[in-house]
Amino acid sequence: GNLSIILNYFFAGEIFELKAELNSDKKEKKKEAVKKVIASMTVGKDVSALFPDVVNCMQTDNLELKKLVYLYLMNYAKSQPDMAIMAVNTFVKDCEDPNPLIRALAVRTMGCIRVDKITEYLCEPLRKCLKDEDPYVRKTAAVCVAKLHDINAQLVEDQGFLDTLKDLISDSNPMVVANAVAALSEIAESHPNSNLLDLNPQTINKLLTALNECTEWGQIFILDCLANYTPRDDRESQSICERVTPRLSHANSAVVLSAVKVLMKFMEMLPKDLDYYGTLLKKLAPPLVTLLSAEPELQYVALRNINLIVQKRPEILKHEMKVFFVKYNDPIYVKLEKLDIMIRLASQANIAQVLAELKEYATEVDVDFVRKAVRAIGRCAIKVEQSAERCVSTLLDLIQTKVNYVVQEAIVVIKDIFRKYPNKYESVIATLCENLDSLDEPEARAAMIWIVGEYAERIDNADELLESFLEGFHDESTQVQLQLLTAIVKLFLKKPTETQELVQQVLSLATQDSDNPDLRDRGYIYWRLLSTDPVAAKEVVLAEKPLISEETDLIEPTLLDELICHIGSLASVYHKPPSAFVEGSRGVQHKRLPPRSGSPEGAHSGGAAIPEAVPAVIPSQGDLLGDLLNLDLGPPTTGVAPAPTSAMQMGAMDLLGGGLDSLVGGAALNCNCQTLGWYFLPHLQVWLLAMKAKGLEIAGTFSRRGGVIHMELSLTNKAMSVMTDFAIQFNRNSFGLAPAGPLQVLTPLSPNQTTEVSLPLSTVGPVMKMEPLNNLQVAVKNNIDVFYFSCLYPISILFVEDGKMERQVFLATWKDIPNENEAQFHIKDCHLNSDAASSKLQSSNIFTIAKRTVDNQDMLYQSIKLTNGIWVLAELRLQAGNSNYTVSGVLERERYRF
Amino acid sequence: MIGGLFIYNHKGEVLISRVYLSYSDSAAVHYGLPRPGLFSWRNAVDAFRVNVIHARQQVRSPVTNIARTSFFHVKRSNIWLAAVTKQNVNAAMVFEFLYKMCDVMTAYFGKISEENIKNNFVLIYELLDEILDFGYPQNSETGALKTFITQQGIKSQTKEEQSQITSQVTGQIGWRREGIKYRRNELFLDVLESVNLLMSPQGQVLSAHVSGRVVMKSYLSGMPECKFGMNDKIVIDKQGKGGTADDAGKSGKQSIAIDDCTFHQCVRLSKFDSERSISFIPPDGEYELMRYRTTKDIILPFRVIPLVREVGRTKLEVKVVIKSNFKPSLLAQKIEVRIPTPLNTSGVQVICMKGKAKYKASENAIVWKIKRMAGMKESQISAEIELLPTNDKKKWARPPISMNFEVPFAPSGLKVRYLKVFEPKLNYSDHDVIKWVRYIGRSGIYETRC
Repeated sequence: GNLSIILNYFFAGEIFELKAELNSDKKEKKKEAVKKVIASMTVGKDVSALFPDVVNCMQTDNLELKKLVYLYLMNYAKSQPDMAIMAVNTFVKDCEDPNPLIRALAVRTMGCIRVDKITEYLCEPLRKCLKDEDPYVRKTAAVCVAKLHDINAQLVEDQGFLDTLKDLISDSNPMVVANAVAALSEIAESHPNSNLLDLNPQTINKLLTALNECTEWGQIFILDCLANYTPRDDRESQSICERVTPRLSHANSAVVLSAVKVLMKFMEMLPKDLDYYGTLLKKLAPPLVTLLSAEPELQYVALRNINLIVQKRPEILKHEMKVFFVKYNDPIYVKLEKLDIMIRLASQANIAQVLAELKEYATEVDVDFVRKAVRAIGRCAIKVEQSAERCVSTLLDLIQTKVNYVVQEAIVVIKDIFRKYPNKYESVIATLCENLDSLDEPEARAAMIWIVGEYAERIDNADELLESFLEGFHDESTQVQLQLLTAIVKLFLKKPTETQELVQQVLSLATQDSDNPDLRDRGYIYWRLLSTDPVAAKEVVLAEKPLISEETDLIEPTLLDELICHIGSLASVYHKPPSAFVEGSRGVQHKRLPPRSGSPEGAHSGGAAIPEAVPAVIPSQGDLLGDLLNLDLGPPTTGVAPAPTSAMQMGAMDLLGGGLDSLVGGAALNCNCQTLGWYFLPHLQVWLLAMKAKGLEIAGTFSRRGGVIHMELSLTNKAMSVMTDFAIQFNRNSFGLAPAGPLQVLTPLSPNQTTEVSLPLSTVGPVMKMEPLNNLQVAVKNNIDVFYFSCLYPISILFVEDGKMERQVFLATWKDIPNENEAQFHIKDCHLNSDAASSKLQSSNIFTIAKRTVDNQDMLYQSIKLTNGIWVLAELRLQAGNSNYTVSGVLERERYRF
Repeated sequence: MIGGLFIYNHKGEVLISRVYLSYSDSAAVHYGLPRPGLFSWRNAVDAFRVNVIHARQQVRSPVTNIARTSFFHVKRSNIWLAAVTKQNVNAAMVFEFLYKMCDVMTAYFGKISEENIKNNFVLIYELLDEILDFGYPQNSETGALKTFITQQGIKSQTKEEQSQITSQVTGQIGWRREGIKYRRNELFLDVLESVNLLMSPQGQVLSAHVSGRVVMKSYLSGMPECKFGMNDKIVIDKQGKGGTADDAGKSGKQSIAIDDCTFHQCVRLSKFDSERSISFIPPDGEYELMRYRTTKDIILPFRVIPLVREVGRTKLEVKVVIKSNFKPSLLAQKIEVRIPTPLNTSGVQVICMKGKAKYKASENAIVWKIKRMAGMKESQISAEIELLPTNDKKKWARPPISMNFEVPFAPSGLKVRYLKVFEPKLNYSDHDVIKWVRYIGRSGIYETRC
């Protein structure tokens, strides 16, 4: 309106004045003018019209003025790309200024100017600054590479900046190292399998040295980077832990949490009987407790993490219950988290204290907190049997307060207590029934109805009570309706004579007057059961219920393990994997805990078993052979073998010492039984869920037919619209797998349709080491979007048909390979004789070269050749009449480039 | 990392904004992948205002996720600092950084208020430019920053000065510059403890801990090497093994068990880890050397004995006795007892033996203040509280009685044994340094349930 015209007028005047001041000869006036410009910019006024005038001020030796001009540039360069070029010269000049502060300022600002045209001009100055004599300039230039990568990734790659950045990891200045690590991590996050942070014992050593000397922030960058490393064995793991533990005393909570992450992860590899393992566990508790005296926001982050740590390793904090007691003035988000941890730590030893606390909390003001406290009392009862009685009486006290939401919450938990301890606390039912009228929440009503139905024989007026609910049947929520239906049927089965009318009423309400299919179906089932076979009905409806679990809200173990790898980060705060809240190419990678070595439990640790999906990252070619032989030779139904753990027990990972393991990497030829398992029993695995891919579901498996590797895909359209234009691409991978042709989906895929495609693969694609080695990352495109997933292929698809070695060559090679390249392990329960084994293995391109029989023992000598020219030689020993096999394997490298 | 940083006033207006990442994901484009959904910083800034600053309800979490964007915030008086990201960042680091940023701003211009921020926005941008590069925190030690970010404008530096600045900012001892000189070498040590207690009405200690800080003010020349010693049980026991049994017995009594401690970044952590010795080159001026926590053998300076009696539905009788529990020669100060009253209180009558007591309706509490109190004494307050009849079924939650005080000793029992100073290059010795030690114990959350 008018007002805005007037305001614009005044503003135009202001711009005019500023323009004059900016062009003033006096330095001070100029500076004041630029300050005014920045002030206007900050409050959101558009001062881009002043661009040329401001840029003119750039050539000054006054550092403060220069900083102001740079600030302006960062804001407006993008909207004025043509004019931004004017600034280039000054940048180039400033990057060669004798003052290191100006050089650094220039290189820092350059990277913030997101104009494509300019970036090319900035490469030379950046290159110089990366090699500047002053560490302050170098540490700034390191971050600038990450900035440039965000603007133009291609340029950064072409210019070789990534290599320069990697070199900076060996810089003499710790802060340069830290920033180089930060920049590399940032870049690596946006293209996951680039293997930018090629961590090996040498770089790790450099990082650990810098760790002691750099700023608190640098320590965080380095620790977060260290956490991505997988030590080769428990000794290395222990030595890294020893060098990281001093960080637990740092004043910065983030340093502490990142150190905890490294320790929690590497501890996984230490044998539990090791003294050091116990020492480490003890060292972890005090710093975690100390985090609780930080500011509330950090306390919150700490508590979310402690929640994970307590689930993973309850022993660490089991004696620290008291520090989680809620303080009256804690912010509500801290209170709720503390409560959660209290319940997890509750045990017979501390239950009395916990209960006393919970009772206090149940009288507080915040409704959510009070509800959670009441629920917690119920959970204590279920968790610690000895306390159940006290919990129940506490709950009854709370019910007496008549505070509506407390009563409802109490009734919900009492239902669970009844289920856990049948025939013990039913005496309280009378009290519960008194509160029937005040229940207005569906969950509480449903719980109460369940109780009445379950104990109908003890409640004299059960029929009246249930009948009273029936009046407003159609206004109830589904949960209540279903519960009411079941409760009345139970009542009828217990007291058939008096309740016939009631049951008929509810059945007709459910089946005839309701349009909810669940309710209707359940009604019909009951009806038919009751009318055809009342005995069966009784068996079904009054069947004994399974026990309820003690722990609730536990995070699923694989997710928990992944989250442990993300301690301190947002993922640990949300309790979600990064892929759940990070978009785009970032955050696709899933992190995993390393398996324990040297311990008979193998990958299993604590109470929570890590499913076999966790890949063994310990190098051992024995694993590979073991898996293959075992799975193939064994009876098909018992497909999964304990081979990997037994191999580890023998310390086989040392066998790839020397030059080999660094070439083959930490995960040499290792793959897990699961992946092989589904190759030999080739059923499809779902690789991409429809819900994650806008309706496209992809399942698949791999096979080798006629010397060609095939990726067998099954594409299902679960969306509402037609899908067309399919294409597929692989990321670089360990064995150079690549599609040999386009993805042939001939017709458009209509909704609910599935199509099977067999995609031939070549092995001449670009090679990059993956973790695990047999990981393949795939992008599938259609007319809707592009989707990503990764899958594991069985190593055996890489065994080529001409893998049969000449006898003489075999003998010579076998002798030539040094002993330390050998791995040995045992396979149990294999009921095949040597001939059957041999022919079965041959079908997987594992060839028997020779057979010997000594002392009732058959020895098979075998060779395997991989697509990339690696030979694996094996000796398989079978004791007649004994189902245990012994395998010795050696690895012969012809050429293997990574 | 941190993609953008914003400072808002209480109305939700942006006072300072700095954006580091566009989240256009050029890498995705480069690798032939699609761009994720459109992202606009303007929308993000608005989303935080609407969903957090203007939210009707109390803040339920310091981390908020709106439309796949995460917002971290801290509040100082009525100013909101928000760090925004779309990545899986190190959450603990983001908060530590936000606190640090508050510290730096406070060190430069005092209280964080809208006015101060508006008056110093150029300075704030300059600081931010230095301490947060592309969302990655850089050296943020005020000591170092003040050598080259000044409000007076930069004087032209000599080449030596410039390289001294850069080597300090990136150096191993980033917290101290070379060439500091004092005529009088002096240092002050403050042992500041806050003692926390939660006691049941029956006088049972539910939880108690001391969180302490050792704050050091150092005015020392050169690059002094310092060694700090206290009556840490682990150290004393270790030494005791070498000495006679008698020695060990004697010192054992005086030593304290420290649950955990954390140190300023100047302390060599690996040395503490291996030898449990605290050695460092201190920053110049005031800083916090260490924090610690103890839970064993705490001296609780006061005991609160509450008695609450409900007389019918409209009256409460409250009697509270406090007992001081330390040497009679010592004096506690600034004693304040806060007795909560129900919301439906209509009138209060108080009688106390010592100090002044007042019913503060706006705070729903009786506040009883005593200026000074010696050790081993006791005092009492009684109050009659008239209540308005209510229909509210919910019982009064009876918040705990809380206490504030200050005592001239360390409730943990911590004693400074020595602070040795070595400066081999300059000619002053440990004996020439004037050293001061002071102990102050304050109440943290010191509550007794009633």
